[in-house]
Amino acid sequence: MFLRKLATAVAITSIASGAWAGCAYENGTEIKSLANSYDAWKSVASAMEECGNYTAVLDTDFKDKINEAFAANPSLYQIGGISNGTMVPLLNAGSIRPLDDLVAKYGSHLNPSQLIKIDGKIMAIAMSVNNQHLMYRADIFKDLGLAEPKTHADMLAAAKFMQSYNIVDYPIGGTYKAGWNLGEEFVNNYLGNGGEFFGEGNAPSINNATGVATLNTMKALTEYMDPEYLVGDSTYVQQQFQQGKIAMATLWGTRAAAMDNAEESTVVGKVKMAAAPMGTTRPASTNWWDGLVFATNMTDEQADAAFRLAMEGIDTEMVQGANDQGVWLIDGFVPGSAAEGAIATANAGAAPYPSSLPGMGSMHTALGNGISAFLTGDKDAATALADIEAAYTIAATESGLM
Amino acid sequence: MNKKTFFAFIGPSVLMMVLFIALPLVTVLKQSFYVTQPVYETLDVETCTPTFTGQLCVVETKTIPIIGDNGKALSQTNFVGFLNYQNVIEFPRVIAAFADNSWNQFMAIDFWKALRFTLSFTLITLPLVLFFGLLIALCINNVAQSIRGPVIFVSLLPMIITPVIGALAIKWLFIGDGILTSFLEWWLAKDIAMFAQAWTIELLMMFYRTWHVAPFAAIVFYAGLQTLNQDTIESAIIDGANRWEKLRYVVLPHLIPLIVFVTLIHLMDSYRVFEEVVGFSSQAHVISLQWLTYDFLTSDLMGNRSIGRASASSMLTMIGIVLLLIPVLRGVWLDYKGKRL
Repeated sequence: MFLRKLATAVAITSIASGAWAGCAYENGTEIKSLANSYDAWKSVASAMEECGNYTAVLDTDFKDKINEAFAANPSLYQIGGISNGTMVPLLNAGSIRPLDDLVAKYGSHLNPSQLIKIDGKIMAIAMSVNNQHLMYRADIFKDLGLAEPKTHADMLAAAKFMQSYNIVDYPIGGTYKAGWNLGEEFVNNYLGNGGEFFGEGNAPSINNATGVATLNTMKALTEYMDPEYLVGDSTYVQQQFQQGKIAMATLWGTRAAAMDNAEESTVVGKVKMAAAPMGTTRPASTNWWDGLVFATNMTDEQADAAFRLAMEGIDTEMVQGANDQGVWLIDGFVPGSAAEGAIATANAGAAPYPSSLPGMGSMHTALGNGISAFLTGDKDAATALADIEAAYTIAATESGLM
Repeated sequence: MNKKTFFAFIGPSVLMMVLFIALPLVTVLKQSFYVTQPVYETLDVETCTPTFTGQLCVVETKTIPIIGDNGKALSQTNFVGFLNYQNVIEFPRVIAAFADNSWNQFMAIDFWKALRFTLSFTLITLPLVLFFGLLIALCINNVAQSIRGPVIFVSLLPMIITPVIGALAIKWLFIGDGILTSFLEWWLAKDIAMFAQAWTIELLMMFYRTWHVAPFAAIVFYAGLQTLNQDTIESAIIDGANRWEKLRYVVLPHLIPLIVFVTLIHLMDSYRVFEEVVGFSSQAHVISLQWLTYDFLTSDLMGNRSIGRASASSMLTMIGIVLLLIPVLRGVWLDYKGKRL
């Protein structure tokens, strides 16, 4: 009798696990992918796993691995989950393949805006856009009778007013960790003020009035931040927000849903998403897109199977299950309150991250390493910018750009 | 033992050292005199990216690498002499800093900032490690035989923890509203931010390294204490020596070779300080020579790596260690020669 029950239970379990719930077909080819590890990518990976024979490697440091992995022959991964920044080295090395014929075969349902075209060929399929925008504690602002901050000056005024009331530990939070994050803050603000990074022949041109003004704004904001701001990255700032320690921050749109995550957050429903603060010319933010690329170093059969699988991964069903995890470009996305800030920033005219400028990689690194000296008071603005330009020049000359 | 047996014994080790240490060093040395760059061409390229209102297509003049026949980007390797070393040391800025008599300007140059921290880290943790190692060894030695085993085990525990994990653990104890920072704030009744300035971070790093390495010194000294001649100790007691005199005139001289050994090992290990800088995310305030090499090797968004400068920085670090070890090795050599005679 017991054996019968056991057998029935096993039978039911195997039927249940055998159901390819959301997938329209069963994938026969072994496919592997490498992507970043935030929630949106987890959802895409789960959707693709339903088709079988698929392994997803999700790693925050994927950009350190992906160039070599795709350059290997055969490529270590068939699908890459990338952003506009991380696509460029893959493009330059020729390790991703054009997708025009595959799109014609499997991707006719894709939105035209999802097709990333370089030199007339489709090189990537975008799935979502992302940018840094303002998040603030609507409840605190309402209690104090403050209006939604639209510019950095508004943020500073609100912070000064808030400090006297001692409601939060620090009025402002910022992803100012030295390195990539700090460089990104400068890039956002500098572009917001209409600055140009390069002159003739990839020469640097940040040591000007716009650059100095940008640095001064950043310093003014740090006055109201946790004094350990040079050590904190976006996860740290997100946690500060969730624990109610800060009242305003410019955070990535993909972090918006975390504020309402009841398991971690003590401020559920209190954080409002707004457009990034306006610089002198455009919002102080940059638009990024996330999407999929496919390796050159694989057989055409693998490419076929990989592309078909990827289409399952970014279909409407997946988006409906993961609506608030990103600002999706896919049909079926209903912009919720979590997406308001990112959409408002993009609509206000935020510039795309200038990843196509060849010197941008070295410039970003030089900025990330050089700005902290100004923020700690070791150098003045002009010296800091001059030193950053010198560091960039050494790196650019070494890599043959100048 | 005759020469043949000697060489047979050390043969495999020497072979491995040549393959895995000497040869790579030679290639790094060679790499430090070359620069490899992609070959670029300038083209007008049309790029289309998504926006909310549709696609945005722009034509830009781009510098992109030329793809060769084998499908990979072309690159050229040029001999540049000492250019990589010059780029790391940045002599013009050093001279400008001395001309302005500015220590801050001098410390603003990455290499010298890293060198200053690495040297002070190495030279300050050394006496601390020796002192605490000896203290722990003497304590273990004086503890009752019945509990000696567990005591040795407990005192060895810090050495077992992986440096990165240990550094992260210390960071979380002290960063922001960490437990120990909150305790310090309550006790001293003032706001403390341990990670907001360089000197507190350096202090934490040195504390961590001492805590991590002292057990190694302790176990080496404890082994040395076991070979202490009991007759010498007894005659010292008969001569009326108190505890400190016993320590100074009998124990320490006996342990000198082991102290030299621990010094050698510690100098070599702490000059390569890296895990602390990574674990504490301190690159805005404190960097070390090894971290600088790593930073040169980290590829930026475009996939560029400064391999030439990383090799130069690596060689300079090695030269630094050799210079630091010369006095110690010379002492050992003279001692050895003295014994042979």
